[in-house]
Amino acid sequence: MTTMTQELPQVRGVKQIPVFEGFTSGHRTCQGCESALVMRLMIKAAGPRTIVVGSTGCMYVANTTYYSTPWVVPWMHTQLGSSGSAATGTAAGLASLMRKGKMQDEPINVIAFCGDGGGVDMGLSAISAALQHDEYNLLILCYDNESYANTDIQVSGSSPWGANSTFSPPGKVHRIMNRRWKKNTVPMLAAGHPDVRYVATACGSYGPDFTNKIRRALTIGGPTFIHSIDPCPKGWDYDPKYSHELGMLAVETGIWVQYEIVDGELILNGPSRAIARGIRRRKPVTDYLQRQGRFAHLTEEDLKFFQERIDETWEKWWIPGIVPFGPHDEGE
Amino acid sequence: MATATVHQTEREELISGSEAIAIACSLADVDVITAYPIRPYDTVMQYVSKLKADGAFDCDFIVAESEHSQFEIVKHASAVGARTFCGSSGVGWFYAFEAITVTAGLRLPVVAMVGNRALDDPGAFGVEHNDAMAVRDLGWMLYWVGTAQEALDTALLAWRVAEDPRVFLPAAISCDGSFLTHSQAIVNVPTQEQVDQFLPQYDRGRLLLHPDNPITVAPQVNEDWLMEIRRQTDDAMRRTSDVIKEAYEEFKQLFGRGDPSPFIEEYMTEDADIVLVGMGTLAMPVRVAVRRMREQGKKVGFLRVKFFRPFATDEIREALSHCKAVGVIDRDYSYGSPSYGGVLFNEIRSALYTLDNRPLMQSFIAGLGGREVLVRDVEEMTSMVQGSIDAGHVKEENTWIGVRE
Repeated sequence: MTTMTQELPQVRGVKQIPVFEGFTSGHRTCQGCESALVMRLMIKAAGPRTIVVGSTGCMYVANTTYYSTPWVVPWMHTQLGSSGSAATGTAAGLASLMRKGKMQDEPINVIAFCGDGGGVDMGLSAISAALQHDEYNLLILCYDNESYANTDIQVSGSSPWGANSTFSPPGKVHRIMNRRWKKNTVPMLAAGHPDVRYVATACGSYGPDFTNKIRRALTIGGPTFIHSIDPCPKGWDYDPKYSHELGMLAVETGIWVQYEIVDGELILNGPSRAIARGIRRRKPVTDYLQRQGRFAHLTEEDLKFFQERIDETWEKWWIPGIVPFGPHDEGE
Repeated sequence: MATATVHQTEREELISGSEAIAIACSLADVDVITAYPIRPYDTVMQYVSKLKADGAFDCDFIVAESEHSQFEIVKHASAVGARTFCGSSGVGWFYAFEAITVTAGLRLPVVAMVGNRALDDPGAFGVEHNDAMAVRDLGWMLYWVGTAQEALDTALLAWRVAEDPRVFLPAAISCDGSFLTHSQAIVNVPTQEQVDQFLPQYDRGRLLLHPDNPITVAPQVNEDWLMEIRRQTDDAMRRTSDVIKEAYEEFKQLFGRGDPSPFIEEYMTEDADIVLVGMGTLAMPVRVAVRRMREQGKKVGFLRVKFFRPFATDEIREALSHCKAVGVIDRDYSYGSPSYGGVLFNEIRSALYTLDNRPLMQSFIAGLGGREVLVRDVEEMTSMVQGSIDAGHVKEENTWIGVRE
């Protein structure tokens, strides 16, 4: 088996993003679907010698209708909770066949993607298991549109507090039906799998950064994980033209933190780094929340609570926005 | 434990059914194997892992974090062209159910061992056939083995048939928990040369998922195409019979052993008035009982169903067309089923419906949870069937055997 990965150089600026398209026409995602852009950027970065496996969700159902696949690279469906297992099985199959001389030896990228339902909820166990196999080169990409968006927008473990969904509708007695706070997935996976060489958060609004993250994940060796925040016009209830802007606002308000953990070192990216260094002020969360219909029922009090929780992650957490716990203060 | 030595001639070994299948994995040069612990199937994985640890067998051996992942991993390895093996027992098999059904839907030739075990709750390790039987409608070939030798031979047959491009369907080898998985018997282990001659490399062909063949596998089809795709899978299952016969004939020539039919085993059925029917290791006490009853002048025979899927309708029909009565011994239950009969009973009864002279049919539920089916139980069942013949009709269509009141 080859332990080599492909050579995929880092890009400096939009103009260096490859012209290659691996995700083209043929899909029927919603207007303004940021996850479709994530798919397109992902495969541009990875290139044609890639196998992509996609678990059930929007990016399965809306992308691959029989006779009209948008995938130029080999693509296969996997079950909702199986992105980790699919990546492991694909990589193991290739590794075994190449080691035994049954298949031509070459580095083939293996990417499995899942939505937040498939990754943060149901597939967490299999993703965790995949991240324990340092002998396989693979990337698991979780495209997080913060709900089960393919099945009529139901709340997931990655939905924000208070968000309106078909399983968390505001009612006459209970205004806030989703009282769970968004799961802190990437730090959980990073802390839980210290041998994993690369985990990152990402956002399609930052194209070159996104491209470079995919490429680092695919070239560093071993299993890797990227979690992207994908604004969803249908689930978040906003005009499709604002997807890109909402992605940026998620970062600029400090609700979403852009970072990568490379060989145990945390590197903050773009606006998140500027915020952490105090170079840039966080925008108020209302700039982000009030642009989305899913938060329209939030009261002034709710918005204040939301802001306080975000402030807390930046001001009280051991690593701002990322790690909530720290060493016990013994006093001097 | 098998050694790393390359044996040039067929050798005899005292091994369990699980170990026999582990040796088959190594002889078949399986590429990816996934394990997850549950009794009693998991002994096969203990042998596989030791073979790998000792350098006797080169495979990617992955200990998954659940049965669901176990079956998903081999499914995807199979899609990129790897020969695969996994397995489970009881509720573990059920935990993997989603992966198991899509494996057949995707026409991927995964081979699995089911160490048949009672389904929880309440907890029980012993054999029942309900676990493997649950997938009978989904496109898996299902085989119930009777001996450790048959376990090894059937595993080789399973890859050969499953990976045949005319078939491309998964296969499960059912082994009765404890009675087969853990019981040792003398097994003839074939040579590598024999196996290589019998078992070609798995070639996924134009369905291979690879950058040189950039296909999209399993797009959404909905009502537009699903029925046609189901029909294709049905056609593939229909083709299995001929492929099995062809492979089995070749097997018998190369390995010098085997029954007249790959699908069923007949024991003293030729002139029998009563034929008992069952699957798996049940055959052992039944054969003993049949011999004893024959000594007493009773015309009793036994039919062992080996392939449950594909179900050998014609052969079974032929084998049971000359007797007066059939007693089917199910090591399974089917609550609320027709006549409250066992699963095998109702399949057999359905197959015999078109016969001009239908035998009387009686259903027995026996040996659940690994309870031993004794020779005297078989004799009791036979005398009940004889009672039906004497009366000219079946009084009790279904009877549970050996239940404490």
